[in-house]
Amino acid sequence: MNDLASPLTFKDFATDQEVRWCPGCGDYSILKGVQRALADGGSDPAKTVFVSGIGCSSRLPYYINTFGFHTIHGRAPAVATGVKLANPELEVWVVTGDGDGLSIGGNHLLHALRRNINLNILLFNNEIYGLTKGQYSPTSRFGTVSPTSPDGSVDRPLDPATFALGAGATFYARIVDIDQKAMPGLLVEARDHEGASFVEILQNCIVYNKDVFDDVAAKKTAADTQVVCEHGQPLIFGKDRDQGLRLNPQTLKIEAVTIGAEGVTEADILVHDETNETLAHMLVQLKAPTAMGVILRKPAPAFEASYWGARPTERRRKVVELLHTGNILDHR
Amino acid sequence: MNQKLPGKNSHVIRFAGDSGDGIQLQGQQFTVASALAGHDLATLPDFPAEIRAPAGTRYGVSAFQIQFGGERITTPGDEPDVLIAFNPAALIVNLAHLAPHSLVLVDESAFTDQRLKRADLTSNPLEDGTLSEHEVITIDITHLTTEAVKPHGLGTKDAHRCKNLWALGLILWMYDQSREPTREWIKAKFAKDPKIRDANLTALDAGHAYGETAELSHVLAQEKIPEAPLDSVEYRTVTGAEGLALGLVAAGELADTELMFCSYPITPASSLLHNLTGLQDAGVSTFQAEDEIAAVCSAIGASYAGKLGVTSSSGPGVALKTEALGLAVAAELPLLVVNVQRAGPSTGMPTKTEQSDLYQAVYGRNADTPLPVIAAKSPADCFETAIEAVRIALRHMTPVILLSDGYIANASELWPIPDFDEFEAIDTRKPTADDPHQVFDRDPDTLGRLWAIPGEAHHIYRVGGIEKDIESGNISYDAENHQAMTDMRREKIQSIVKFLPDQTIDQGVAGSLAVVAWGSTYGTVYQAVKDALRDGHQVAHIHLRHINPLPGNLGELLSEFDTILVPELNTGQLATLLRDKLGVQVKQLNKVSGQPFTVTEVSEAIASLSSPRIQQVGGSS
Repeated sequence: MNDLASPLTFKDFATDQEVRWCPGCGDYSILKGVQRALADGGSDPAKTVFVSGIGCSSRLPYYINTFGFHTIHGRAPAVATGVKLANPELEVWVVTGDGDGLSIGGNHLLHALRRNINLNILLFNNEIYGLTKGQYSPTSRFGTVSPTSPDGSVDRPLDPATFALGAGATFYARIVDIDQKAMPGLLVEARDHEGASFVEILQNCIVYNKDVFDDVAAKKTAADTQVVCEHGQPLIFGKDRDQGLRLNPQTLKIEAVTIGAEGVTEADILVHDETNETLAHMLVQLKAPTAMGVILRKPAPAFEASYWGARPTERRRKVVELLHTGNILDHR
Repeated sequence: MNQKLPGKNSHVIRFAGDSGDGIQLQGQQFTVASALAGHDLATLPDFPAEIRAPAGTRYGVSAFQIQFGGERITTPGDEPDVLIAFNPAALIVNLAHLAPHSLVLVDESAFTDQRLKRADLTSNPLEDGTLSEHEVITIDITHLTTEAVKPHGLGTKDAHRCKNLWALGLILWMYDQSREPTREWIKAKFAKDPKIRDANLTALDAGHAYGETAELSHVLAQEKIPEAPLDSVEYRTVTGAEGLALGLVAAGELADTELMFCSYPITPASSLLHNLTGLQDAGVSTFQAEDEIAAVCSAIGASYAGKLGVTSSSGPGVALKTEALGLAVAAELPLLVVNVQRAGPSTGMPTKTEQSDLYQAVYGRNADTPLPVIAAKSPADCFETAIEAVRIALRHMTPVILLSDGYIANASELWPIPDFDEFEAIDTRKPTADDPHQVFDRDPDTLGRLWAIPGEAHHIYRVGGIEKDIESGNISYDAENHQAMTDMRREKIQSIVKFLPDQTIDQGVAGSLAVVAWGSTYGTVYQAVKDALRDGHQVAHIHLRHINPLPGNLGELLSEFDTILVPELNTGQLATLLRDKLGVQVKQLNKVSGQPFTVTEVSEAIASLSSPRIQQVGGSS
């Protein structure tokens, strides 16, 4: 499909279907980011499959010109596991949301991550149920007012990053929906990771949870509210690049400090090591600033490789032979 | 010849003990020996759900029954002629099953006060007259086994565990059957533990030698059961789980398609997963999913990606898979769901058999979501039924439910190995690059769509559970389109009828009484109808493999009968279906005790609906 003479552009990954999200929805920019990533990364439409569950996010496969399977609520990781196991050569993406992936489908997400099957999982987190009209979700903040929690929700929220790391994820990245500059590159990195890669996208639901991420995502203040993690680079942020993250050995916590103030030098600032799980755990819990980019990436064998590695597939035995074998269990 | 078991062509033996006594193993080894001796046979394992239930309790009794002999055998037998009981509980719970004047062989050393108490007995049944109707042989099996294996230096516990093979040795002697297959089995099984291996071999030989030398000839004599009149083809024994596993491998070969078997452990379906694991070099790879829903969903994913997805479970697990079955119907993907039914509702009795998921299979989904349902009638029949199920799934691009049950899965029978060359290839509609059809161009005869596969550029498509346009496959909320799609889904399942062979009568004659059955009741109904025909009843046995859709001629066939009797191990589910689909009146025979029908139960039902016609002799009227 994809040859050097005519590389595909992001437009080649669009379908003729009318995109049906609310005007201004963060999903539009994610769709564009995904299409650009597919083009930039040289994905082959014939060998790429998008699998989704149910919810606003899960409509995405209809709008991407690859193979696509819009399945049932919460089960996309399970269906995608079957796709990937059946044909490990396929590039398989899972598109899910905070309700689909962490509520009804939490179990399958957990197992896809701990098995480390090579799926590229995009979780659109808007901290609300959009398609069912605005009920609180498992990531909604305590006190969220919604049709099913008029006095504010009393559920304690789940943090997708902590969940993923706890499940044994080998790749975790976080990005804001409108960050078009970084998104294609980040998604290509997720795609190229061996094993399950989990990307949490902070997505703005313009109708039911408008600007819930403003404290992190607003463009004007983003330089001060986000720290972008790059492997081997010091964790520096701020409009003037004078803020940094330092480990406080007394509290065993990461704290934001100003370089040049109170004797802090750049040498005190933590250097990001994406293979360090302990650091990843601390970074994902940081609220101000919020860590973005590839926070954890550690090498581990992908499930489908171990699975097929233990199963020689070259067909040797025919049923006629098995029919003349006694108890199957005694003869293997 | 034993005076108490005079001249019978077939015998029924029941082995019973604690669930940790190795009873199932003992039964399986006897089964192999019996098959090699040229007998036809049928077996019934009957065990508790607890893996090692408290020793000596009534509810912890595990049993294995086999009928074998020199004639056609289709059931494990109503009443044992011989009971081998390893403890008081095993004796007492099986007493009611025994034929009059049967032979009861007990391990005397287990009849202590403590163990009598454990079995809720206030007196010793060996002494209080309980067994006066039967011939009783008491042997101190535990003690004799311990003595026999002493040279191998096992601990007491390990030494006691050899007693099942000691007893097996004795029974093999009693029926003059070879110890060789059991010896081979022991050598392979305990290859890594020579001490245990040798002790078990010694126990087997010691039991056999006891039979040869003991002064028991007044009650225990060697029996010679004649060989069965079997065709001169190769036979093997097969359990239902093995039959299904072999059938799935065969179907993959016939369809030139690999299978992905995605399952989650559940009793009594797990044995299928066990049997298939390790057969990837025969075209079936297995995946143990995190739950029932993931099992069916990953199977659906595999089908989407071009391998045939298969999942298995029992009733409660199939309930969890239901939503995903709707997706497979909507997406028009092939899928096979094996339901090894057990007694319910809820957890019910996991190790006990029942046929009570027929409603679930035929009717149990939201919306108008029809799918084909077929049922296996015996362990050997699982082979052909699996092939037939895969054929339907691939020909019509639809999920198929195959109903087995706990009895079929664990029971075994003798099976003439089929000639695989006689099976027709299974067609699939995987498109080639120059195929002019679109993905949702359906075959007019089968209404199956193209099985387009990711990885190939010529038929890239997207599909899902949202209603789709009947031609393009794009999302559609159009009213007329939904009507057309619903009609198409119904007609697709109905189109299967065209491909089914006419329903035939298994045995007997039309006119008076038809016994219409399905699934694992086959052997019992076969025997009951055979007996009834011999006694002059006008009766026929009709056994259904295809439950949905029903064979096209079934209504006409049933109209040739005055009375229809439907025996089934539920409260009347096939009966409801026949009334619903064919508008016929049927009489029911139902049982939900977790146990199969006995031949007697079916015979009595036949007799209650039919009078034997006495043939007139000598011309007077």
